[in-house]
Amino acid sequence: MNSPAESSTADFPELCITPPKGWFDLHLGELWHFRELIYFFVWKDIKIRYKQTAIGAAWAILQPLLTMLIFTLFFGKLAKIPSEGLPYPLFYYSGLLPWLYFASSLQNATNVVVEQQRVITKVYFPRLVLPLSAVISPLLDFAIGFSILVVMMIYYAVRPTWILLVLPLFLSIAILTALGVGLWLSAMNAMYRDVRYVVPFLVQFWMFASPVAYPSSLVPARWRWLYGLNPMAGIIEGFRWSVTGRGEPPSALLGASVGAVVLLVVGGTMYFQKMEGIIADVV
Amino acid sequence: MSRVPIRAENLSKEYRIGEREPYLSLRDVLARSFNASSWVRRRSTAAGDSDATHFWALKDVSFQIREGEVVGLVGRNGAGKSTLLKILARVTKPTLGRAYIRGRIGSLLEVGTGFHQELTGRENVFLSGAILGMRRNEIQRKFDEIVAFAEIERFIDTPAKHYSSGMYLRLAFAVAAHLEPEIMIIDEVLAVGDQRFQDKCLRKMGEVRQHGRTILFVSHSMPSIQRLCSRVIWIDQGRIKEDADPTGIVAKYLGAGIAGSYSAAASPKLPTITSAMVCEENGSVVLSVEFSSPFPLTPPILGFVMYDTAGTPVFGTNTRVDPPSAELPPSTAGTIKVLFPSTYFRPNHYLFSLWLGGKSQDYCTAEKALQLELRDDIPRSHPQNSGNVRLPVRWHYSAALDFAQPKNAVISGS
Repeated sequence: MNSPAESSTADFPELCITPPKGWFDLHLGELWHFRELIYFFVWKDIKIRYKQTAIGAAWAILQPLLTMLIFTLFFGKLAKIPSEGLPYPLFYYSGLLPWLYFASSLQNATNVVVEQQRVITKVYFPRLVLPLSAVISPLLDFAIGFSILVVMMIYYAVRPTWILLVLPLFLSIAILTALGVGLWLSAMNAMYRDVRYVVPFLVQFWMFASPVAYPSSLVPARWRWLYGLNPMAGIIEGFRWSVTGRGEPPSALLGASVGAVVLLVVGGTMYFQKMEGIIADVV
Repeated sequence: MSRVPIRAENLSKEYRIGEREPYLSLRDVLARSFNASSWVRRRSTAAGDSDATHFWALKDVSFQIREGEVVGLVGRNGAGKSTLLKILARVTKPTLGRAYIRGRIGSLLEVGTGFHQELTGRENVFLSGAILGMRRNEIQRKFDEIVAFAEIERFIDTPAKHYSSGMYLRLAFAVAAHLEPEIMIIDEVLAVGDQRFQDKCLRKMGEVRQHGRTILFVSHSMPSIQRLCSRVIWIDQGRIKEDADPTGIVAKYLGAGIAGSYSAAASPKLPTITSAMVCEENGSVVLSVEFSSPFPLTPPILGFVMYDTAGTPVFGTNTRVDPPSAELPPSTAGTIKVLFPSTYFRPNHYLFSLWLGGKSQDYCTAEKALQLELRDDIPRSHPQNSGNVRLPVRWHYSAALDFAQPKNAVISGS
């Protein structure tokens, strides 16, 4: 590329910079072009997170493990909440794993635009790269945590069935949900810094509205569809079901959940893109 | 066929100031009032008054830049230069008008974009390179060259937080200098590092230029503008004031003394430097600053720092450490004037930063807001690289080779 003749500006299509307009234009081609940047943001995020901690990746195991212990003790042994015949540790851990992925994705996504404000005000790249990388980097913790789940399954002699093959489906829906909500939160946090204080509460409430600490069978059947509007309900039930093979496929829940996810992602993208035009002026 | 990689048509950008102020850092608020300063001389006392909170940072700017041109953007602070660069770099969108870009754009609006303190030099090269638009294999290919350019081979695996500011800037610039887009947009990045490194950067830009790339850059350094640019666009109050070859404009720009004054809208919340002027009169530099405050300052404190064009502080003081003979009375508005001998400084262009404070707090800063050219009445040559200060000296001569007696000292100060 050192010889200038090779890259004359005439080879490039003309790009038009216009005032902000339009509601929904993903520029997927452009996003693909910037895929390496997504990789670098994820890489940086993980690198820095582990550099600044004393025990590094051990957190990815400790966090779900300790929460699982507390849940087992209080919700399980003391409150005797039913666990669909699963050992309590396995029941809670298999619910916590997708939940903690979702929770840390939300926190990541909320802060990502504000954290990168210096870059945003200096260089162009599709801003969607930011929330996307924010929901990708917690996948590493998820993967590390998953290895513990495998150990637990062996310990409790829970043999995976063919249903395990649909696990990636639930994981994908979880990523999409995190992205959908993350798009809203990241753009809103750029405008109103209050958002970052609201998110911890949101995450807490949301957890109790999801079948993490209890099975969704506790929710009366006729309200199940409403409960399913919380996409995490279908995802966590589905995750648990596909890992352990116990219980029934959460079909009603999942139908509502997928619908809700589509709305979240489409709405979130529209909102994010509406803000994208002015984000550099307000952060 | 002459190619036109950049074409701007009636670009305009409107900003709202004061909107959602609580969520902006003080720095941003300052930056905005700063932008507003140049021509909105309106006091925005009524917060929420929509007229007072809107202003056009850029208005109907049209131009074309042909392939291979190196265009300098000049104008005083807040004139709209940076806004224009930001629109072309696609960081922000215009409110009205259009721009057409043909080719990849490398934007260098600051040095060290994307650098992170915790990462090592090596990691930062990759991260920053990716953010600036380089491909991973491209960075890999140029890695050694970048490190050599920055001259920090030994420390490349040390976290950036342990770097000296000079090392940090050199590495950051080195990454940027190895971008190879068709169009480069550069904001004042040459003002980094020592003289030697600056020369190196200028040479690098000269090389880039020889490769037929199109460069658009903002600088307050007239020598760099003259050395590099084939054309200069002078922006004033958000509009193009002149667009011509460098020699004419640079002379006019400096001659107009346009940068000798500064003004900003008063803030309803914080004490503000509302206007300032600097000039040379009868062998003195005269700096006068008007301020206004929503509450009495007891007493008002004014400080200034004078820089040379390389950004090196030459002299500065303030009324706190160097108080006036009579303490300033508590006041909500007023003018503070300071005089000091101009003859102690070498003829050059100087920039002034100002700040205003109260008893225990600083409220308002205006970074490099004023420019002053000191000239000799009788042009004469000066030794190169011998500093910016000129003190009176007396030379003595004695034929005897006798150092024993103090009266025969070779040089005695005045």
